[in-house]
Amino acid sequence: MRFNKKATGVEQQLTTVETAKKLGLLPEEFEKIKNILGRTPNFTELSIFSVMWSEHCSYKNSIVWLKTLPKKSARMLAEAGEENAGLVDIGGGLACSFKIESHNHPSAIEPYQGAATGVGGINRDIFTMGARPIAQLNSLRFGNIQNDKTKRLLKGVVKGIGDYGNAFGIPTVGGELYFDECYNVNPLVNAFSAGIVEVGKTASAIAEGVGNPVFIVGSATGKDGIHGATFASEDITEASAEKLPSVQVGDPFQEKLLLEATLEVLESGCVVGMQDMGAAGITCSTSEMSAKGESGMEVWLDKVPTRQKDMVPFEILLSESQERMLIVVHKGQEDKIKAICDKWDLYCAQIGEVTDTKRLKYYMHGELVADVPAEDLVLGGGAPVYHREYREPAYFKEAQQFSIDQVTEPKGLEEYRKIAEFLASHPNICSRRWVYHQYDSMVGTATMTTNRPSDAAIVKVKGSDKAISITVDCNSRYVNANPEEGCAIAVAEAARNIVCSGGEPVAITNCLNFGNPYVPEVYWQFVGAIKGMKKACEKFETPVTGGNVSFYNQSSDEGPVFPTPTIGMLGILENKELATTLAFQNAGDLIYLVGAAQNDINSSEYLYSYHGVKLSPSPAFDLETEYQVQDATKHLIREKLVQSVHDISDGGLYIALLESAMPQNLGFDIQTDSTFRKDAYLFGESQSRIVISVAPAQQAAFESALKGQNTAFTLLGTVTTGECRIDNEAFQNTVEIKKLYDTALEKLMN
Amino acid sequence: MKFGVVIFPGSNCDQDVIQVLERVSNKPVARLWHKDHDLQSCDFIVLPGGFSYGDYLRSGAIARFSPIMQEVIGHANKGGYVMGICNGFQILTEAGLLPGALLRNTEQKFICRNVHIRPETTDLLPTRRLEKGKAYQVPIAHGEGRFYADADTLQRIKDQDQVMFRYCNSHAAIAPDTNCNGSIESIAGISNEGRNVFGMMPHPERAADPDLGNMDGLLIFESLLEAVPA
Repeated sequence: MRFNKKATGVEQQLTTVETAKKLGLLPEEFEKIKNILGRTPNFTELSIFSVMWSEHCSYKNSIVWLKTLPKKSARMLAEAGEENAGLVDIGGGLACSFKIESHNHPSAIEPYQGAATGVGGINRDIFTMGARPIAQLNSLRFGNIQNDKTKRLLKGVVKGIGDYGNAFGIPTVGGELYFDECYNVNPLVNAFSAGIVEVGKTASAIAEGVGNPVFIVGSATGKDGIHGATFASEDITEASAEKLPSVQVGDPFQEKLLLEATLEVLESGCVVGMQDMGAAGITCSTSEMSAKGESGMEVWLDKVPTRQKDMVPFEILLSESQERMLIVVHKGQEDKIKAICDKWDLYCAQIGEVTDTKRLKYYMHGELVADVPAEDLVLGGGAPVYHREYREPAYFKEAQQFSIDQVTEPKGLEEYRKIAEFLASHPNICSRRWVYHQYDSMVGTATMTTNRPSDAAIVKVKGSDKAISITVDCNSRYVNANPEEGCAIAVAEAARNIVCSGGEPVAITNCLNFGNPYVPEVYWQFVGAIKGMKKACEKFETPVTGGNVSFYNQSSDEGPVFPTPTIGMLGILENKELATTLAFQNAGDLIYLVGAAQNDINSSEYLYSYHGVKLSPSPAFDLETEYQVQDATKHLIREKLVQSVHDISDGGLYIALLESAMPQNLGFDIQTDSTFRKDAYLFGESQSRIVISVAPAQQAAFESALKGQNTAFTLLGTVTTGECRIDNEAFQNTVEIKKLYDTALEKLMN
Repeated sequence: MKFGVVIFPGSNCDQDVIQVLERVSNKPVARLWHKDHDLQSCDFIVLPGGFSYGDYLRSGAIARFSPIMQEVIGHANKGGYVMGICNGFQILTEAGLLPGALLRNTEQKFICRNVHIRPETTDLLPTRRLEKGKAYQVPIAHGEGRFYADADTLQRIKDQDQVMFRYCNSHAAIAPDTNCNGSIESIAGISNEGRNVFGMMPHPERAADPDLGNMDGLLIFESLLEAVPA
């Protein structure tokens, strides 16, 4: 690359289409940039466009479809795309800001820092809004756990999330962990955070008011993470390890100070607007804030506190050094922000001021080094928008050919026991305690699900009677089998988890992890997933508040990962007393199946892993039925007719029963239904089914409440003191199977 | 009894412990900023959990040099009450107010989960209302919580009845698998010889709210109210 470090003037080091291609831009995009500027960009300017027009910042290959998603509801205070994170009114003068984001590519190369900075970034998105984070989740996907590489990645990612989140001091209260060969090269690391803010005390990511000073607050700027956004928008190759400088380094202590200082600065009333620095660093924050305010900015890059000497303009502009915030302050109130940052021992430097030129003018020692229009850089402005071609892949039709009759029904108790043990100790189903014991899940003393486990994490909102319920869900095997149905199931499962915990689903954030969008078969998966998400979100009235798109999750040799649209859902418990556990409470309680059984083993862990059938349709699912089952469950919880509520998902009815039995070392004695294949009844993953335990004294009230609800239900049996019995046969003992379940993952990892 | 909680940069259990102390004592709790020299005439100082100054060097190693700690050390040396929880415990050993040291957990990993502890004496202020021989479920959350002391120090601690808590199972029995972090002789908390400075790795403030389904830690805070201010 021809680039003279000494020469930084706008008229110098003009670029060519070759430079543009090296920076990840298409030739036609280079032409577009020349048209916008009316001249050939210099290297600094081209770098600015390359990061702002990367998929990561511009959503150029996805926005057309994202716009079809529902984003309105009466509770919505900030809709998708308006701010750094969605903002939902939770009543009582409070709002919840929440979002999920991926850090897949950095984690593939450097799992510890990649995951750590993912946690840092998502939390900054929340407190940039003025909200104090109260809980975090994460959704992790890795390759075959037998591979040493997978173990190394998993250890690094978990330690990275733990070290960062634990020191930052916000509890990690739940998440997902899933293994499949398709993630061998490209793991997925999605981090979620939720925070609480008083309505009317939020901050906006806006720059306005000519002459208002622009401050950078937090860590000094280094050479880490340069072109990180561009890196996130490419396939992973052997050469990716050479991109190590694209991975940022996290400092949770700085983040904690930045959190406290940011909220204090906001409270002081001097803030016009602020935005954290994540992808594309100063470039992104200055351009997005200016574009939103229809203003411009003059930025003096030499005033930016740097970690290294001799950083050149494009490095300062593109650095993704962590724990930094851009804050526009009312002129004359500079002393307030300086005093607060001094208190917290944070860098605080004025690096520019707001103008009305609608242009971003970056200077280095008084010399103009880049001059670009703000609006043309950003999503919704001049950033390119593409309609990508899509095509149904051959495997889809093939998957539809599967019939349950192709699988021989297991014979006898022994084989059923073997399957039960196989599933209970399967890495996709067994206890995740090896992971979550490394996370501080209790700091903040608001986690209600530590001692009363539930389908979704419940976190009380201190100073109110409310609690929030949060979950991340996506069974990517289902989405691969059928993107539209699979993604609708992901939304439905998230809503079901919220409902089972006692909450009311209110909104979602999504993390759309897909392969290369230029591959029509991959884009077909993306389009299908969006369609499924749309219909399910409309049904549950859970609008999409934002999230992120992560394409290029594939390696050139092994093809794309399963399409993985991770759904992060927020629910509200108007009263925290509605919190409902998944754990059976008393021997003798009645166990009900709410929802109808199906003769279906499609895409179940049982079919996929035990029988090795890799292609089958997504599990049976009907949105209307799902809605009714959830509605009935909400009603039962509100009427206080239940002892425990747990949805049936991975591993089917048997695993759901076991999960309800294990917390209190209880068991179950149930009858299957001979109109269904027994393996389908026990291990099938057809949707819209919930296991509910009921005190015998409430049996009549429970049944009569359900009869008014237009929902199928079956009395399965009773809770026992510790034996698991199926069809009058002693099947297992909870204590023994629990040992297997609890230790399966640590045995694989140690 | 006036309680004060020190806030270091990186403290993250400060609000949790303040909330419990305010509920228990029914009085406002003073926030003591690390850069200050003023203990605001508090009788009982709590050093909360967290990662003071990032704990990058060694847990608690930097916090002990902070301005407020010079006052806390003076307060303790005059017989004033000081209690450190988790990172607070680490700081107290670094400051020399408590014997021994907290090393990296034997598993080399951060561990956060419920464990059981049993009081080894009720002749210390924080255990006054607890029952000997009974197990209390209190969570831990630390990477460096393995208590260690050399043989002479350990003997002295035991001879002086300074062992406050040991890790145990739900029946208050001690077994190898109940020693969650590899602490010497399963020690989870100790006092100084003067019986006015206390340190423990488990977080009683996380087990003091009925909404969270565990109240075993509340008794420890209620015990503190039995103190007669010095």
